[in-house]
Amino acid sequence: MLEFDAISKSFAHVRVLRDVSFAVRPGRTLGLVGENGAGKSTLMNILGGNVPPDSGRMRLQGQPYAPRGPLEAARRGIAFIHQELNLFPNLSIEENLFLTAFPRVGALPIIHRRALRERAAALLEQVGLNQPPGTAVERLPAGERQLVEIAKALSLEARLIIFDEPTTSLSAPEAGRLFGLMERLRQRGLSMIYISHTLADVLRLSDDIVVLRDGEVAGAGPREAFSVERLISLMVGRHLSQLYPARKPAERSAGPGAAPPVRLEVRGVTQPGVVRDIRFALRRGEVLGLAGLMGAGRSELARILFGLDPCARGQILLDGRPIQRESPRRRIRRGLAFLTEDRRDEGLCLEASVSDNIALVSLERHARPPLGLLDFDRLRRAVSGVRAAVRLTPTAREEAPVKTLSGGNQQKVVLAKWLLAMADPGVLILDEPTRGIDVGARHDLYQLILEAADRGAGVLAISSELEELLGICDRILVMSRGEIKDELTQPLFDRERILRAALAGGPAAAPLP
Amino acid sequence: MTAAATTHPQPEAASLPVRLLRSEHLVLLLSALYFLALAPFTPGFASVGNLGNLLSTLLPLFVAAMGQTVVLIVGGIDLSATSIIALCSITGAAVASGDQGWLAGSPLAVPAALAAMLAVGGLVGLFNGLAITRFRMPPFIVTLTTMMFFSGLAIWLTRSRNIGQLPAAFNALGGKTWLTLLLCLPLAAGAHFMLSRSVWGRWLYATGHNPRAALVSGVPVAGVVVSAYVVAGLLAAVAAVLYTGQAESGSPVLAQRLLLDIVGATVIGGASLFGGRGRILWTLCGVVFLKLIDNSLNLLDLSHFTIMMVKGGVILLAAMLDALRRRLG
Repeated sequence: MLEFDAISKSFAHVRVLRDVSFAVRPGRTLGLVGENGAGKSTLMNILGGNVPPDSGRMRLQGQPYAPRGPLEAARRGIAFIHQELNLFPNLSIEENLFLTAFPRVGALPIIHRRALRERAAALLEQVGLNQPPGTAVERLPAGERQLVEIAKALSLEARLIIFDEPTTSLSAPEAGRLFGLMERLRQRGLSMIYISHTLADVLRLSDDIVVLRDGEVAGAGPREAFSVERLISLMVGRHLSQLYPARKPAERSAGPGAAPPVRLEVRGVTQPGVVRDIRFALRRGEVLGLAGLMGAGRSELARILFGLDPCARGQILLDGRPIQRESPRRRIRRGLAFLTEDRRDEGLCLEASVSDNIALVSLERHARPPLGLLDFDRLRRAVSGVRAAVRLTPTAREEAPVKTLSGGNQQKVVLAKWLLAMADPGVLILDEPTRGIDVGARHDLYQLILEAADRGAGVLAISSELEELLGICDRILVMSRGEIKDELTQPLFDRERILRAALAGGPAAAPLP
Repeated sequence: MTAAATTHPQPEAASLPVRLLRSEHLVLLLSALYFLALAPFTPGFASVGNLGNLLSTLLPLFVAAMGQTVVLIVGGIDLSATSIIALCSITGAAVASGDQGWLAGSPLAVPAALAAMLAVGGLVGLFNGLAITRFRMPPFIVTLTTMMFFSGLAIWLTRSRNIGQLPAAFNALGGKTWLTLLLCLPLAAGAHFMLSRSVWGRWLYATGHNPRAALVSGVPVAGVVVSAYVVAGLLAAVAAVLYTGQAESGSPVLAQRLLLDIVGATVIGGASLFGGRGRILWTLCGVVFLKLIDNSLNLLDLSHFTIMMVKGGVILLAAMLDALRRRLG
């Protein structure tokens, strides 16, 4: 069905894939496992036409396959089911399914409503979704949206479907339904690639398994050849030191006798339907991780802490002072910083220059009353100081619009903005700080985060990549369904235990009123 | 995933047309070329009298366009500018008019009229700003409806009559070009400095570029937006002072046809309808260019409608240029 032949890919001199070769056989499901950063996403990006490989070839159904873009991949019968779905929530199920190929009344540019409804209903039956096709997608729960996405893949006559962590935002019954559907699709002769961190599921669903490690195939074969233990032993063994900077143990744990002061304290923060009874304390110099699945309430908690979203009950104390009633602006003045999940929408003014972006939070400190005219010399010195400190690429001129920079450098600009604002190291909330960033820039960012902590900042880091949290945190809280389920302290980090807590069902975030 | 999305643009070896398109001085260059090209064929175009006349009609438009610039930078639009001018015009006249004004003949008449006009302009701007930020309504609809309401109000209040007999000192502000110039220069310089060198200016641009990012970065976004509309209202009031002085009477339909000129000149100058871009000097260039076209076509004896067609075309080109510039980055 599909063959990878010696695929290699590097980003900024960091090798992400090295001579990866394996095949997906027709009518079979291939389980692809590996730790985050092992190269799965890059390989799938190459398959989907988002990134060209540096070398190597692919063959699809015996034909050479070198997609120039996602459209070509779709035309050749490859469909992706991502964790983040590509549906239009405001449109109905049927409109989403046939957006590019509406059945028409004869040759007229008029949609044939009845044909549309019938065909949509037939597709929905195939995927086992019992909803009227006219329902707006935004009214469906996550699991059913995913079924719509699969129905869309079927409508485009996909012959190879890639499921990339499809169960992360699903409840257990929803996941069970998905697995049933996958089994039916397999019986109909579709080929699938199943990517997941839940190894038991991979073993249950796959016919063949490929393990990636550090961009190379560490093991491949039929399912019978693997067990959970063997998969784990094949997956691990990466050299963490390559990516995650070492911290001196002395700085990591000052010992119980000399506990550093608490910077941020959260006492019973509750917002119905979002988070419930969150309690923790973040100390000076500490990097505290928030682990959990998508939708566990981590980003929502971060937004509440920063004052962007409301919080019904509970107290938030910054250096001992309650701040839960203050605006984000006041919280920034008190030393809170927030690197948002969405760099483009909330982190940067993309059209504005590098230096304008870096200066944005700190303008008032560089202005003279009464008109607030800026002291440009002082501001420029401060900006270039922090710009050097974050090791922004020298090709990024200060007046260049931020949108011309790479993702990694853009993120460094956001970080520089907050580092400049927090003259007195405050509390840094980082939501997915390395999302979409190549390996080289990641290392720099980790270094900068740890340096900030060493200077006395408290860091609260949210990441979907467990590996990242294990690599940089002193302590990890695990969230699930809006609650903190577990707490682990370095060096007693236990991947299995974190995953168990993250997957823990437990009661819903809050009883519905 | 995003590795593909963040493409690195090539270090540019931009061609001359592209460089010209991006240039800040494009409009100034076009104005000069236009003037030089038409001067030989247009009777009286380059005469001192005509240029003085050009200057006197240009200045009030420039003041109103400055306000529009501020609003466009913050990512909004102010369609109510002309109605503010009309309302301020009759307010000032109602206070200072020699035969029917409330303070007729009083030495305080002129300062009181000016204060009343500024207050009215500022209040309408405040209303616009609050409606946009508090109720999250689109600026286009808010200012379109305030435009309709206040134009109607101005006509209803005056029963569609002009208010004449204004004090000479008041008329002089708009009527004597040197005095108008003396008023406008510091105003423009002040606006330029506030936009380019103050925290408030930076906040305007940041809010125009990306209000969500600005909010997360501690910019008081709602306050910044409201302030932009208040400033636009105040500047419209100043424009009303100049126009009223030129007309020597308060009129409820003053500036009724100027909306296209105000928004158009600002966009021609290079302020972006998408927010985040705009400068006082650019707007000055836009005003000059638009007025040159207006004036020359008038001198060539073209009809009002022809002139409108030409101006419409030029403004459309400017809007296209704005979109093109965005794409070129």
